[in-house]
Amino acid sequence: MSIEPILRVSDLAKHFPVRRGLLQRTVGKIKAVDGVSFSLLAGETLCLVGESGCGKSTVGRLILRLIDPTSGTITFNGENISALPRKQMRCTRKSLQIVFQDPYASLNPRLTAGTIIGEPLENFARLPRSQREARVKELLFRVGLGAEAAHKYPFEFSGGQRQRLGIARALALSPLLIVADEPVSALDVSVQAQVLNLMTDLKAELGLAYLFISHDLGVVEHMADRVAVMYLGRIVEIGNRQHIFSHPRHPYTRALISAQPLPDPQAKRERIVLEGDVPSALTPPSGCHFHTRCPFAFARCRSEYPALREADGAHQFACHLDL
Amino acid sequence: MTAPLLEVQNLSTHFFTEDGVTRAVDGLSLSISPHETVGIVGESGCGKTVTALSILRLLPPRMGRIIGGRILFEGTDLLTLSERQMRDVRGNRIAMIFQEPMTSLNPVLTVGHQIAESVRIHRGASRAAARMRAREMLEMVKIPDAARRLEDYPHQFSGGMRQRVMIAMALACDPKILIADEPTTALDVTIQAQVLKLMLELKGKTGAAIVLITHDLGIVAETCQRVVVMYAGRKVEEAPVAELFARPAHPYTRGLLTSIARGKAGVGRKRLHEIPGIVPSLRDPIQGCAFAARCPFAAMRCRSEAPELSPVAGQPGHTAACLRLSTVLAS
Repeated sequence: MSIEPILRVSDLAKHFPVRRGLLQRTVGKIKAVDGVSFSLLAGETLCLVGESGCGKSTVGRLILRLIDPTSGTITFNGENISALPRKQMRCTRKSLQIVFQDPYASLNPRLTAGTIIGEPLENFARLPRSQREARVKELLFRVGLGAEAAHKYPFEFSGGQRQRLGIARALALSPLLIVADEPVSALDVSVQAQVLNLMTDLKAELGLAYLFISHDLGVVEHMADRVAVMYLGRIVEIGNRQHIFSHPRHPYTRALISAQPLPDPQAKRERIVLEGDVPSALTPPSGCHFHTRCPFAFARCRSEYPALREADGAHQFACHLDL
Repeated sequence: MTAPLLEVQNLSTHFFTEDGVTRAVDGLSLSISPHETVGIVGESGCGKTVTALSILRLLPPRMGRIIGGRILFEGTDLLTLSERQMRDVRGNRIAMIFQEPMTSLNPVLTVGHQIAESVRIHRGASRAAARMRAREMLEMVKIPDAARRLEDYPHQFSGGMRQRVMIAMALACDPKILIADEPTTALDVTIQAQVLKLMLELKGKTGAAIVLITHDLGIVAETCQRVVVMYAGRKVEEAPVAELFARPAHPYTRGLLTSIARGKAGVGRKRLHEIPGIVPSLRDPIQGCAFAARCPFAAMRCRSEAPELSPVAGQPGHTAACLRLSTVLAS
């Protein structure tokens, strides 16, 4: 298969300077994202998974150019967008949209739902008013809210309904790729299911690609075609969902999967409980970043960062060991 | 059966605001036996936290009021105690840990001071003895280098470590009951696994009963012995943990279990099971069963008649509040 991916990220890095003191001198840098590469096909869902501070949200923001990368390239739809000037980037964003985690903070409380969803159309599509209103209605209907929702304000909606509004807004300009940054983390489980189903349906109908950022492995296992596991700014394992979940090769991926509480009291399994905390990204450990918590670490892990290497079938991992 | 340690009888807690009365907890009964781990599960706004705050009488003053029921702790009704007597219960015989450890620790006092404080107040221990106890507790929750870390302030600890400090503080006076309100929700999964493991270990050591409040059925399955499911301020189902997951009886519990992405029913499915609609507003009086509007089994009767908890046949300790119980169980 040689289909051109819709998104290709190579060696992407984002370092945030740490400033201290009166003169705000740079005293160090946080390597939030440190050499991340992956690609995403049209109509595919890639899940970025990892714990807080691993850089998954930063990757999402970099791809939308909400922040600028320190180095590396982002190729979207055949075009290198990593250094596009603001004006052209604005144009590209039509096909590149985002859904945020917090449906309370990401909707302007003083605008009606209709205005919120119509705003991207107003900014980009230059449709006559009647057509715009028709499109807003169609979008509201599409996300299961009904046309009468257009005249309500965000506070009149529940959390799940607000997230539907966020999705409708992202869909307004018929994007090719949606970056969804923890879209269901703030929602109750029964409502999570509603929103996840909606996203699944939209993907099938519209051929959307998702970069789905989440810390919840259950949600990831349900949504992903492919999974990338991040730890301290780097991808430690990437591959097909089935491979990652049935034969995880990286000790961190194994620990993550085993740490997930299962809603089944009869389930028997060995839990790998990792010792210690995630180290600071300001001073990541030498060698493999994971060696301080890894139950299998040996001398080489402390000095040499393992390169990503192939496992069986569309699956790569970064570990010196063959587990 | 041993006598229950804590018995909540027909508790109703309402909030009185400008917009009206919110029936946060509406006629809830539950009991906790010594050394037991009981889970209270439900979605946001179902009244699980308000139940805990009612037990400890920590409701926001003026707004939240317990309007009915009794809370018997070792035979004494906590609702009849004076504030002074209540202070002797709180943090001493019933302790609580909260979701967000940073907001429940005092940022300007060392953690050693904060752990020692409750020992000095409740046990009348000397400064030195309280300090010894604080150190012992930090060691017990496995904070490395405990003696030195006593001098540290909360911001010098990571989230997982802060929650350990909270646990150390809560257990310092050997409480009979530890109420843990979403103790791991703010933590990453690998850290959550550490904290849950620690809580169970400590339970074994101290013999405290645990009331674990959570929205995560996975955590319930792995840590609790008995589960209470709440919906819209009411208890809709109660069962031993294995029973609840193997044979859930209430349509709400069934809906919850099948809507989890990582549940047995969810994996490999294209679409997840949804519970349609949203939780009813607790401001308006609820006619009949609170779940009726979202329930696939609802009949006319469910909309007018409030269901009582009734035993599920052949399953001791299993009760559910559903008028169509036999139909649901047969399906």
